[in-house]
Amino acid sequence: MTALIEADNLVRIYQIRRGVFAKAHPVRAVDGISLALKPGETLGIVGESGSGKSTLGRMLLGIDAAQGGEVRFEGKPMPHLKTPQWRALRAKMQFVYQDPLAALDRRVTIAKQIGEPLEIHKLIPKQHQEARIAELMTAVGLRPDQAGRYPHELSGGQRQRAVIARALAARPKLLVCDEPVSALDVSIQAQVVNMLRDLQEKNGIAMVFISHDLKVVRNIADRVAVMYLGRIVEEASSDVIFHSPQHPYTKALVSSVPVPGKILEGRVILQGEPPNPANRPSGCAFHPRCALAQDVCRSVVPQLRPIGNGRTAACHIVAGEAASIAA
Amino acid sequence: MATINLSETSRPPGWYATFIKRLRRNVPFTVGLGIVWLAAMVAVAIFADQIRPYNITAMDLSSRLSHPGALKHLLGTDELGRDVLSRLLQSVRVSLIIAFGATILSAVFGTALGFAAAQFRGAVEHLVLVLADFQAALPFLIMSLAVLAFFGSSMVLLVCLMGFYGWERYARIARGLAISASSQGYAASVVQLGATPARVYFHHILPNVASTLIVSMTLTFPEIILMESGLSFLGLGVQPPETSLGNMVGFGREYLTRAPWIMLAPSVVIVLTTLSISIVGDWLRDKLDPTLS
Amino acid sequence: MIRFIAVRLLRALITIFAVVTFAFVVLRMSGDPAQVMLGPDVPQEAVDAFRRSWGLDQPLWVQYLAYIRSIFTGDFGVSMRDKASALDLVLQRVPATLQLTVPALLLKLALGIPAGVYAALHRQSFADRGVILLAVLGFTIPSFVMGLLLVLIFAVILGVLPSGGQDTWVHGILPTITMSIGGIGILARFSRSAMIEVMGQPYIRTASAKGLKWGDVVWNHALPNAAVPIVTIVGFMVGSLIAGAVVVESIFSWPGIGRLLIVSVGNRDLAVVQCILLIIAATMVVSNLVVDLLYGWLDPRLRSNAAH
Repeated sequence: MTALIEADNLVRIYQIRRGVFAKAHPVRAVDGISLALKPGETLGIVGESGSGKSTLGRMLLGIDAAQGGEVRFEGKPMPHLKTPQWRALRAKMQFVYQDPLAALDRRVTIAKQIGEPLEIHKLIPKQHQEARIAELMTAVGLRPDQAGRYPHELSGGQRQRAVIARALAARPKLLVCDEPVSALDVSIQAQVVNMLRDLQEKNGIAMVFISHDLKVVRNIADRVAVMYLGRIVEEASSDVIFHSPQHPYTKALVSSVPVPGKILEGRVILQGEPPNPANRPSGCAFHPRCALAQDVCRSVVPQLRPIGNGRTAACHIVAGEAASIAA
Repeated sequence: MATINLSETSRPPGWYATFIKRLRRNVPFTVGLGIVWLAAMVAVAIFADQIRPYNITAMDLSSRLSHPGALKHLLGTDELGRDVLSRLLQSVRVSLIIAFGATILSAVFGTALGFAAAQFRGAVEHLVLVLADFQAALPFLIMSLAVLAFFGSSMVLLVCLMGFYGWERYARIARGLAISASSQGYAASVVQLGATPARVYFHHILPNVASTLIVSMTLTFPEIILMESGLSFLGLGVQPPETSLGNMVGFGREYLTRAPWIMLAPSVVIVLTTLSISIVGDWLRDKLDPTLS
Repeated sequence: MIRFIAVRLLRALITIFAVVTFAFVVLRMSGDPAQVMLGPDVPQEAVDAFRRSWGLDQPLWVQYLAYIRSIFTGDFGVSMRDKASALDLVLQRVPATLQLTVPALLLKLALGIPAGVYAALHRQSFADRGVILLAVLGFTIPSFVMGLLLVLIFAVILGVLPSGGQDTWVHGILPTITMSIGGIGILARFSRSAMIEVMGQPYIRTASAKGLKWGDVVWNHALPNAAVPIVTIVGFMVGSLIAGAVVVESIFSWPGIGRLLIVSVGNRDLAVVQCILLIIAATMVVSNLVVDLLYGWLDPRLRSNAAH
């Protein structure tokens, strides 16, 4: 099956000025990322803050321009932001934000906001719009009497449902969700994630699910890509990556996910500073915190290589390039 | 045994009584007075032609400089026998129309520039900032003096000129709110839905900005009245035969000793009107602001 | 820090330049000064001769460049009416204006700020209400009304103070008071709201919870922080030291720059009007610049102005 959306060696550089006088310092938020997503598939992207995952999500939608590489949707390159073509493409690809309150206009009822894509893209004649809005609201679990409510009159979970309903209004083929449940109570998180999964299966929507929280990603993703400082360090199907992570970073992340009923053991605790994209270490970006770091890790950047079973990883040791491997 | 005293049961209060009760609870006394005065002034402005006892240029030469209180001329007459009350009513209309027109012009102009600065950033933003700096460098009175004296004081020019008063305040507000909306908030998400910039501004940003802008307008409105009065007082604002509040004060100045009422009547109106707007405007701002996050 | 200053300086210079251009354009484009100066009955040759002698027959941009050049050499042109140097004429009047505006400014500071601060510290008391009321009256009553009222009361009815002219210092009392009342009101209101906002901040509560005496809390913690917005307004007032007297000088026939401006505007005396505009703009821009720099020094948060 051909890919719905492909990213090819994406690069995004920010210029950061540390003070009034410091020269501008380029920061590679996204450093050469390639991936592909098939229709109906869910890709989870996992990483800490500073890993560039949010930037990647925006680049996939064309909100942030790529300074290197290309994004292709349905085979065609992504149009520039703010062109009519880009705007028309929004009917096929949508974004779900982390903070639903900020994503909604506080002065408009949620019913009107859910129906806004229908108006913008002129998809449905006016008389049928109400029916579609009602349909969407039921699909996300909102009651019909909540149609006239304003965003601040709803709970966090309900707001996020409204945002999701709005994102689904135009029947998009791709949904990019950036930490969609991180701002919600833990008990609500599961409900919303399950709802997303159901909606996705029922409508055949491809999804990119960005989160720092592995537990949540595990629930919903078919495949998972782990990001560190702007690069993908490991990619595999969801089961495989949780069952047997290979990259040292992935191992650390996975070991910290609690499994109900079992004591948390074998937990790998990372030393060193959390990643700072402005101050990128030489060679493998992870080497300052890696217990297995060798000389080659400090000098050569590892490429993302297949390591069998349809998985890829970017690590010299995993790929068998280091002099000796600690078992 | 409990008895029902029929004389003490009363009908449920009619809508008028509830309205008054609500009003008294929500509106402080002074604000109420202010609103009443303003309503009266607006009524005068609209119906000036009907209420006015005499034409503003009608001269009653037999009763020049007559004291107020006479039935014929309730507020007295000036040195040409013109009825002060009539001129006062007309002045209210003229001053209010100018201030109203100028406030709206300035709000529209300032908001548009503020939105433009927020939308296009870069050179456009710098240009707007430079313009605002320029406005701040020259006191408005001085700048108006120069323009009015040299281009003449037609009514149209006067309103247009006053329309530049305070635009930078709206521009600053509009720019600030538009930037914060577009970077993190609802405007970004609506753009992401595929909306054109026009839709984003008119359907979303403007309604959210409107209440702050309106409050700003209530603050600028009295200042424009004062500015126009000052200019007219100096002889450069509204020109005769038209009359404005500042105009009357200017003319009344020469007769301060003999006929102070010529100058006092319009002065009182100016003070009461600007006072009312200030009080009502403050109250409006207190009401609107808490609900603004 | 240097970059901060440099940017501000550049903006100030651009603004002054814009003002000069504006003055020039407005004044030149608005009508024929020769006609106004000479009156309508003068024969055409006289008008043409006048225009030639003043360089008014040159194309506009030539006149503009000549003007710019002359400013740099300190020559602001000659008053068409008096034939005296415009700059001299204007500078002559500056002391008279300052005689009113400087005491007025001092009055505003001495009465306005303490009143506002006091009101803020004693909220809901009679003093607070009184200050608010007086402040509101102060800036709703326009200066010309206030001036005429004061003249009416003190000069006409009571007869204790003179109503015009500049003969003795007593003549300066009414104009100074007229000028200061509005400013006292504004400063009082502003100081009050600045203080109220500062006093509501958490760090004030912390300071008093630490056991500091109330006086110390106010002096060392509240006032310096409230000073920042107050400084802006004061800066603005300093900037209009020269400009603020136009109306008052007119009422009291006080021979300062304000009166000169009105007279020159009426006579379409271009050189003098331009000169006055420039001087006023320069004082405003300089005082705004000083306020900006003072800001940067007073509020350390503003110093590292990396993100705008």
